[in-house]
Amino acid sequence: MADVKKIATRESYGNALKDLAEEFPQLVVLDADLAAATKTGIFKKAYPDRHIDCGIAESNMMGVAAGLSLTGKIPFVSSFAMFAAGRAFEQVRNSIGYPHLNVKIGATHAGITVGEDGASHQCNEDIALMRTIPGMVVMCPSDDVEAKAAVRAALEHEGPVYIRFGRAAVPVINDKPDYKFEIGKGTVVREGKDVTIVATGIMVDSALGAAEMLASEGTDAEVINICTIKPIDRDIIVKSAQKTGKVVTCEEHSVIGGLGSAVCEVLAEECPVRVKRIGMQDVFGESGSASDLVHKYGLDAEGVAASIREFVK
Amino acid sequence: MDNLQLKKYANEVRKGIIISTHSAKAGHPGGSLSAADVFTFLYFEEMNIDPKDPAKADRDRFVLSKGHTAPGLYAALANRGYFPVEDLTTLRKMGSYLQGHPNMHIPGVDMASGSLGQGISAAAGMALGAKMEGRDFRVYTLLGDGELEEGQVWEAAMFAGFRKLDNLCVIVDNNGLQIDGPVDEVCSPYPIADKFKAFNFEVVEINAHDFDEIRSAFKKARDTKGKPTCIILHSIKGKGVSFMEGACEWHGKAPNDEEYAVAMADLAKIDEELAKEG
Repeated sequence: MADVKKIATRESYGNALKDLAEEFPQLVVLDADLAAATKTGIFKKAYPDRHIDCGIAESNMMGVAAGLSLTGKIPFVSSFAMFAAGRAFEQVRNSIGYPHLNVKIGATHAGITVGEDGASHQCNEDIALMRTIPGMVVMCPSDDVEAKAAVRAALEHEGPVYIRFGRAAVPVINDKPDYKFEIGKGTVVREGKDVTIVATGIMVDSALGAAEMLASEGTDAEVINICTIKPIDRDIIVKSAQKTGKVVTCEEHSVIGGLGSAVCEVLAEECPVRVKRIGMQDVFGESGSASDLVHKYGLDAEGVAASIREFVK
Repeated sequence: MDNLQLKKYANEVRKGIIISTHSAKAGHPGGSLSAADVFTFLYFEEMNIDPKDPAKADRDRFVLSKGHTAPGLYAALANRGYFPVEDLTTLRKMGSYLQGHPNMHIPGVDMASGSLGQGISAAAGMALGAKMEGRDFRVYTLLGDGELEEGQVWEAAMFAGFRKLDNLCVIVDNNGLQIDGPVDEVCSPYPIADKFKAFNFEVVEINAHDFDEIRSAFKKARDTKGKPTCIILHSIKGKGVSFMEGACEWHGKAPNDEEYAVAMADLAKIDEELAKEG
């Protein structure tokens, strides 16, 4: 596993914007003084006239994006998840969501893998915030392949979209010839019969690692990758829950309001089974390296496996 | 359009404000009335628009950043022919398209608004979009003076001034009153002109109820190149209705039946005076 290719999904985001610029001439990219960090600098370098730096003013940036979309542009608004979904929540809700405008939000540095910056910048609440907005599509890609596919899908989709990207490099897991991406469709990335692991974003890799560990102990886990948290793929979750009778959710986000909640909502309505939610347990993060933090908070493969061991016992 | 005709339309807009808020038993007549003349001027003279084709590609845009004064905007749109004047009585009622604050389902409305401070950013985005697309439409946005207390207004002003958006015209309805009292007693936004000048705006201050001054201010805005313009309207909140003029309590309160009768009589008197003029 040591030679697995690793790329941060924010890097995939910047590359995808550049690669899709010719095909989508209406695409423009907005930043709030973070182009170097969000990796939209890659786009800016290639298409300076289509990059708008709004300065450190995220609330105004969301409104400017709304106005641009009303003149036919397709704005991709970029900032850290904390500021895009957190600080500018009400602007996203009232200036983009309510008028249902064709604005895409590319939010990088989500979750605790922001690392050393600490809790002020580690947004573990964005999925919860964004999925409450009517008509908002919410995606959280797991790797480079999926991140690029999500950017394309967002551009092809008419209406507001929120995509969550990470800061830390993560393994490429979807580079398969039959890989297909569709908004609202989950993927079974490992078949199993004893327990279902529903994971999103960088946690898909942890879930797959945990499933391998559990397999050697006789527990056969099914792993489902949910990139689109809203609208969520109800069928794939219910079908697997009916088979295994036990569901674990994995997200680099608060267990309140995110993937765990979304999955519980589906299962409570259609197939009540026991659920274990793995994620940030109603706590703020802290400074540290991304790998130390995911280990401490039980979000690496070992931590996920330990939680599941306890759950299926 | 001659000033007498504009005054007549403005009085119809004022009647629409009173009729709609009375019918709704809610809404914001004070700031709608203070801006009634500018609504009238924008929709009957200034803006390149077509009520028969509300989404016309090259139309000028208007964003009501102070969205709570929707009764004034709706009355202007109705009188301009975007929808029937009779529909104004459905304001704020269940099932009506005339929502409490503007949204995208209302003919003639270019942007949903109501949460203060946000409309000016959208207007700046539209103005930038026009520049990027090489289109020559203009963008107008109306703010309240209390709204200037929102920090986002100044983020947008910095952006528009820096980007030299000379196709953007920011209008501030400086009626001096907000919900909790006079603006300079709540959290003073003054000096307003100096602030906008500091953000690279051309600033014009006018009497909000004088059509000659309104006309010359918008001409100045159109003629100004290399920077956006801010027109500060020195206005009277509740203008045209005797008991609402300068009265803070009429910010967000509807007239009851008796008050409605007095208000409509006040406006009928204005009609009579205008009829004498020709």
